[in-house]
Amino acid sequence: MSEELKALDVAVEVDARGTACPGPLLEAKRAIATCPTGGVMCILSSDEGTIIDVQRWSKKMKHEYVGDYEDDGFWRVYMKKMV
Amino acid sequence: MTEEQTNLEEMIKQLTARVETLEENAPGDKLCLGVMSGDLDNTIATFIIALGAAAYDMEVDLFFTFWGIAALRDPKKKVKKDFLGTMFGKMLPSSSKKLPLSKMQMMGMGPPMIRSVMKMHKAKSLEELMAEAAEFGVRIHICTMSMDVMGIKKEELIDYPHMDFVGVGAFVGMFQEAKQCWFM
Repeated sequence: MSEELKALDVAVEVDARGTACPGPLLEAKRAIATCPTGGVMCILSSDEGTIIDVQRWSKKMKHEYVGDYEDDGFWRVYMKKMV
Repeated sequence: MTEEQTNLEEMIKQLTARVETLEENAPGDKLCLGVMSGDLDNTIATFIIALGAAAYDMEVDLFFTFWGIAALRDPKKKVKKDFLGTMFGKMLPSSSKKLPLSKMQMMGMGPPMIRSVMKMHKAKSLEELMAEAAEFGVRIHICTMSMDVMGIKKEELIDYPHMDFVGVGAFVGMFQEAKQCWFM
């Protein structure tokens, strides 16, 4: 899974590793506006809770959750902007 | 027009009216939180939940009442008050930075400890959360009756872009329109 994710063309990368809940979700919310429709956004978070947060948030905001993997002490969370 | 058609038309009219009423009363994508305790922990939780909801594009209304209002005082702003107001002013926390904890207050050692532990875990401070709430359009409504009782003046409150002064009527209106209302 992580190989597929690494191969993705990421339109926007959000580094939210410096902040705890609700920081990463808010960073994602801010950054999604700068992401083109159909583009992939990758959120870097040191908080594991971000994974399920972004899964639910993407669903509600009509975007598509792509996947996640653990990197060196943090998580990379991928979603695709659909609308 | 046959009798059947007339009946159908009548039915459609009635249904349209009912749908309109339902739509008017349907709760919007709104969250309403009542903030009363004036404790640091509860106030932090309030702003974290408010910001989470804002990330979901929900409209968020915070209703600050009683002890809750002390979190919105600005210690740099001094105002003239009567005797009781001055007494209350001295006894209430002078700003969000002086709020006590609901548990583990430990004679004043608790709050700075929690703040430093939260900082260690990269959690945002209450003041940072409040600034973000302003950015995300979270609205703050302050109970005027509580302000009167405690002698708190508008002029001693923080500068917050979406703030107004209301009574319980406004709060009831808010939570009638909201999907959820919690008292923190």
